[in-house]
Amino acid sequence: MLSPEERHEIEAEIAHYPDKRAVCIDAMKVVQKHRGWVSDEALGDVAEFLGMSVDELDSVATFYNLIFRKPVGRHVIMVCDSVSCWLMGYDRVRDHLTSRLGIQLGETTPDGRFTLLPIVCLGTCDHAPAMMVDNELHRDLDAEKIDSILEQYK
Amino acid sequence: MAKIWVDDKWYEVGADQSLLEACLELGFDLPYFCWHPALGSVGACRQCAVKQYRDEKDTRGRLVMSCMTPASEGARISIKDADAASFRAGVVEGLMQNHPHDCPVCDEGGECHLQDMTVMTGHNYRQTTYPKRTFRNQNLGPLINHEMNRCIQCYRCVRYYREYAGGRDLDAFASRNQVFFGRHQEGTLQNEFAGNLVEICPTGVFTDKTLKKHYTRKWDLQMAPSVCVHCGLGCNTTAAERYGSLRRILNRYNGHVNGYFLCDRGRFGYEFVRGEQRIKQTLARQDGKLKPLPKAKAIEQLGRVLPGNQKVIGIGSPRASLEANFALRTLVGPERFFSGMSDQGSHLVSLMEEILRQGPARTPSLSEIEISDAVLVLGEDVTNVAPRIALALRQSVRQQPMEFTDKLKIPRWLDHAVREAIQDVKGPLFIAAPSATRLDDAATATYRAAPDDLARLGFAIAHALDPQAPDVPDLAAGARSLAEQIAAALKSAKRPLVISGPSSSSAAVIEAAANVARGLAKAGQAVGLAFTMPEANSLGANLMGGGDLSAAFKAVEEGRADTVIILENDLYLKAPAAAVDRFLDAARHVIAIDYLSTPTVAKSELALPAGAFAESDGTLVSSEGRAQRFFQAYIPKDDIQQSWRWLIEMMRAAGRSEAESWSTLDDVIAALAQGISALAKITEAAPSAKFRKLGEKIARAPNRYSGRTSMLANINVSEPKPPDDPDSALAFSMEGYQEHPPPSLTPFFWAPGWNSIQSLNKFQSEIKGPLRGGDPGVRLIEPPETANGSFFSSVPKPFAARPEEWLLVPLYHIFGSEELSRQAPAVAELAPKPYLAVNSEDAAHLQVQAGDQIEVNLAGTAHRLPVAIHPDLPKGIAGFPAGVVSLEGTGLLAWSKLSRL
Amino acid sequence: MEKVLTKDLQPGGMPLDLKGYEKAGGYQGLRKALKMTPKEVVEVIKNSGLRGRGGAGFPTGMKWSFVPTGKDAPHPKYLCANADEMEPGTFKDRLLMESTPHQLIEGMIVAAYAIEADVAYIFLRGEYIVAAERLRKALAEAYENNCLGKNILGSGYNLDMHLHLSGGRYMCGEETGLLNALEGKRANPRTKPPFPQTSGLFGKPTIVQNVETLCNIHHIVNNGPDWFKGLSKSDDGGTKIYGASGKVKRPGLWELPMGTTIREILEEHAGGMKEGLKFRGLLPGGASTDFLVEEHLDVKMDFNEVQKAGSRMGTGTMVVLDDRTCPVGMVHNLEHFFAQESCGWCTPCWSGLSWAEKMLKGLEEGQGQESDLDRLAFVCRFAAPGNTFCALAPGAVEPLQSALKYFREDFERHVREKRCPWR
Ligand SMILES: Cc1cc2nc3c(=O)[nH]c(=O)nc-3n(C[C@H](O)[C@H](O)[C@H](O)COP(=O)(O)O)c2cc1C
Ligand code: SF4
Ligand code: FES
Repeated sequence: MLSPEERHEIEAEIAHYPDKRAVCIDAMKVVQKHRGWVSDEALGDVAEFLGMSVDELDSVATFYNLIFRKPVGRHVIMVCDSVSCWLMGYDRVRDHLTSRLGIQLGETTPDGRFTLLPIVCLGTCDHAPAMMVDNELHRDLDAEKIDSILEQYK
Repeated sequence: MAKIWVDDKWYEVGADQSLLEACLELGFDLPYFCWHPALGSVGACRQCAVKQYRDEKDTRGRLVMSCMTPASEGARISIKDADAASFRAGVVEGLMQNHPHDCPVCDEGGECHLQDMTVMTGHNYRQTTYPKRTFRNQNLGPLINHEMNRCIQCYRCVRYYREYAGGRDLDAFASRNQVFFGRHQEGTLQNEFAGNLVEICPTGVFTDKTLKKHYTRKWDLQMAPSVCVHCGLGCNTTAAERYGSLRRILNRYNGHVNGYFLCDRGRFGYEFVRGEQRIKQTLARQDGKLKPLPKAKAIEQLGRVLPGNQKVIGIGSPRASLEANFALRTLVGPERFFSGMSDQGSHLVSLMEEILRQGPARTPSLSEIEISDAVLVLGEDVTNVAPRIALALRQSVRQQPMEFTDKLKIPRWLDHAVREAIQDVKGPLFIAAPSATRLDDAATATYRAAPDDLARLGFAIAHALDPQAPDVPDLAAGARSLAEQIAAALKSAKRPLVISGPSSSSAAVIEAAANVARGLAKAGQAVGLAFTMPEANSLGANLMGGGDLSAAFKAVEEGRADTVIILENDLYLKAPAAAVDRFLDAARHVIAIDYLSTPTVAKSELALPAGAFAESDGTLVSSEGRAQRFFQAYIPKDDIQQSWRWLIEMMRAAGRSEAESWSTLDDVIAALAQGISALAKITEAAPSAKFRKLGEKIARAPNRYSGRTSMLANINVSEPKPPDDPDSALAFSMEGYQEHPPPSLTPFFWAPGWNSIQSLNKFQSEIKGPLRGGDPGVRLIEPPETANGSFFSSVPKPFAARPEEWLLVPLYHIFGSEELSRQAPAVAELAPKPYLAVNSEDAAHLQVQAGDQIEVNLAGTAHRLPVAIHPDLPKGIAGFPAGVVSLEGTGLLAWSKLSRL
Repeated sequence: MEKVLTKDLQPGGMPLDLKGYEKAGGYQGLRKALKMTPKEVVEVIKNSGLRGRGGAGFPTGMKWSFVPTGKDAPHPKYLCANADEMEPGTFKDRLLMESTPHQLIEGMIVAAYAIEADVAYIFLRGEYIVAAERLRKALAEAYENNCLGKNILGSGYNLDMHLHLSGGRYMCGEETGLLNALEGKRANPRTKPPFPQTSGLFGKPTIVQNVETLCNIHHIVNNGPDWFKGLSKSDDGGTKIYGASGKVKRPGLWELPMGTTIREILEEHAGGMKEGLKFRGLLPGGASTDFLVEEHLDVKMDFNEVQKAGSRMGTGTMVVLDDRTCPVGMVHNLEHFFAQESCGWCTPCWSGLSWAEKMLKGLEEGQGQESDLDRLAFVCRFAAPGNTFCALAPGAVEPLQSALKYFREDFERHVREKRCPWR
């Protein structure tokens, strides 16, 4: 069941479009904001709310990379793997992260603290390498900096 | 017309076509995947690339996708161009990167468009050594098999399923080279036309799961043109056999009727022919039980019963061929022949036939339904009764919006451009039925009411169209304004259509539909009027004449008859069980001819095993009034033979002189055409058995057939010569004419290099248009040029719910309501469980919840059923699943008390 | 040198609020435009020669002139700001939105007015959280001050503007993919023709325009086409936000006259290569442009000149390759991106690019074969313009085809040595 808050936020989006199905991505993001990810159940609720079939909604959900269809940790690290960051040492950043966290890309730490995902160019190429943790951007990364950043997220 | 150049030669081609269509129509072998004639162009696969040149001077040209480029006047292209050819080979190479190369174990092998296109483009060697992507397959239910690794990402399946057929539970997931086509979760595909995926998918992703159980390659099948027997629409099918058993049904294109698509009942219902319920031996009652009796003995027995017997009557059948019915009618004499329809059915079918014959409107073919631009469906749930109409109506709602895209100069074949411009806008479609229907999502407005109220709505629409039509003065305001809305929509349409039928068991509904059509016709509109028919040959049986069942019962009751021959008919489905029991018990001799051991057969003294549709030849008359011939795919085993052959033997046993001159189907047809003028034209339905092409009969088996000399090598290396077929111009062999038989005699579609069903392009005179030589079938009923009859005038009173009684209304189910297909295991699996449906308010009143048992009392018999809640059913009405629960034997709609258990 | 788009940039990058923006001359262009007829605004933009800054360089005024106008024109009409900026190596629109949100909004209102649009959307990358917050605030201010909504500034013109955050896919930046994404669908591209100008969002006439393009609009209206042309050093008018990333001394963004040479950008503004490294080549305008090398350094960065040199100016933000980085590795990284971002609609793209990616990975890992180079070249031809449904795949093979040309020896060494020589 969608919470009243979720409904409210989705309805606010619906007001911006001539067709309520147009907000399906926004609606999934609303759910994700509240629950971290979009479960099958949540998918069903959103689909019903927007008059879509679950299949239709999942077709959209699985197309986009910011919709999480699997549970994620409390914090999601998205590390940029595109060209400028690659030139500036993405491999090192990735290796440092995977060894520090003990997980591979696409995985979640056993304590549920972090999920590590690759992301495409974060548009901060002049400060590469970069990553985002939740909604925050971290740039000009090196091993030391990464360690202190990870400390900030419990 | 436009003049185009292809590889430096010019051709005239039809206007409003893509280059791909034009080239295929001209007979060129141009490969494609994502394009489908019924789905149009979307430019996804890039397989159809050709070089296009600006003008004569342009020597470089550029690659274009022929499916996305109009064949406009002066267009110059090259198919042979080396760049184009290498690009096309590259596309196949790209597609094959991830393909498992598992043709030997793939059900599509031998009729695979991907195989054909691979050969056509000349891509021979796989050059990539990197790992392939793999998918997990889904169980999509009993009809369709799923093998995703074979996918080439052409998007045809979802385009067909979602955009064309309105399905919503199959989709494309993920992106890039990982797109998965399936359901969000495993489970049975919900769309009633899912089976067409088997033919839509150009490779082996979606295949026929029922075929899998008794698999045979296309090249090993012996095939014959057939006609679907699972509803009245007469869709054309191909029946395919091997080793004496029916293996599958495929769509057989008919430009006027079913086009490219069948419904799932029609495609998968065939397994009843293979079923446990078949009678294969002649059976005779011995010691109270039916036991096998040698056929010759049975004939002897007939010889004792029939000669000189003045008390023989025949009960024909709306599911048997005209020929079988006529043979029975000849055997017993016209006045002792009964059509075999229920009283109610007979009454309604006669009414519909009369309306079609007298006017006001012409009955459209399915392809004409598809292009209607405003439709009223009165009293029918077409998806469940005459399913293929529903698929046609999903296209009809696009007609008005496409006038808008015409103005934007978007060619109609540019499919996604048209859909994106139209968005979800739909043209007028109004559905009035007792309960929700599966087409409601496409409807402009729906109306749920009891049959009498549906009729009243119809009468009111007619009155709104033409004040001379009787009014419905006491109509509720809501219904009144809906009637006016519908009238306005129909009136402003170019090709309005009214669809009705007998499903509401109401003559008033049919009359109201006729009034609406008359109102439109009087205003000079080209209106169509389509009726559904209860069975495959209801209209044919009606044209044959003969009284209803009550009349037959009376004949025995009054002692005018004591011997009954029942042809392919289970009387328990047509009349109350008690009445049928009384009738059969009173008759001294009951002889049944049927392929299934029905309760009626169980009561007979002699049961003669008949050939089912794929084992018989004959003619059926569809609800369009189109007489169509179907042919044996194979000669059945054991004692089974075609009904009309049994009847000839009976005529002989009875000493009837006609038997002398009747030995082949053509003899029966000739006598029939002469004897019944309304059916005279059926001789034109297909060429006679004498027809030869280049001196040869038409081969039922394709050239790659394993070869008749080795077919039965496991039994005997010297094989007998294939059986003769005296009844048709088809041969039970691969030997014979193979190329382009006349359409009504085309057993399969195949052309050199085109082993899949896509070879159809080579058989059409226009892509998507009629077959070369004309679409099969002959229309028997045309209304007079000027229909000047008058409006029906008996407007029923409003439906009044009764305090403690409910009106029992049949609710139809594509799977389960039809007698024959529900014997097919896959169909049976999808049929609903018995239920009795009421709306929530009535349920509360009855103090029942979904699943509780309730008792229905009908004609003295009590039926116990679990309750289902259908919120949309009108108050005072109880619905039951037709066919699944046999309350329909009662004929007329009945009232019953309902009591909670 | 006159700065236009970045003149209001505050130290620290915080944007001006509406008051501050107006004080700095903001919303003057809008006021002026509202006094003109929409047709006149279109004319001004046409005359300015403004070309789209999203990568393709299509003349903006001409695009607008295809939108049906007048009494019979379908409504609602739409304007969409393409703020998806997912092209690797590109980070200019982010700067504009984070630091001058009102500039984008003003440009959009004027553009919407010119085409008589009823609703405008800002299609923003989902990861641009800061830009989203600032745009949201600026939109609220604009509504409050009647720069948006009904009867804008008393002109009788109505416009609603909404912010949409993307679900994330490179294809959302392709203008028709963007429309599908806005409709809540998979961001597959759409058939053209019909162009969005006549049948776009929800089937209605629509203009999609890059953020930087839109940011120019009101300035042009305010100062006139001639002023705009005068800003530039080349035939294409205006200034351009150029950028550089990779191993240069001072990676960053600079607003410079259109037509500034690559050398000036690279050496003066970006400070040249980092200590100890040599220049090997660059992608002039984002990941989907052909490599340019030493011999091209004096090419002017504008649409025509870069094209003549065999590449595209693209987004004008260059990615620089040094002599200690493996070109094959770089191209592998790029093709990984493109193969991953293919929408999966047309064969040369979803199949060709993933094939290329696999071959490049093989080369990097020492499993490459001589014949792979021909096959890579085949993929480039396979996905050439016109052969695919949209411009993603043709863009994707630009760096690959040019790398095969300029860095062929590096590819061959991978095959010969059965390993990556840089590892
Ligand atoms: C795959 C692909 C991605 C694109 N991404 C963007 C983008 O993020 N931002 C953008 O402005 N244009 C992008 N474009 C270009 C747009 O399709 C379109 O040309 C542009 O938004 C038009 O605006 P302009 O004329 O102002 O440049 C992309 C094109 C392609 C083929
Ligand atoms: S080139 Fe083809 S598959 Fe690739 S993104 Fe465009 S349409 Fe999709
Ligand atoms: S058939 Fe033309 S692109 Fe697929």
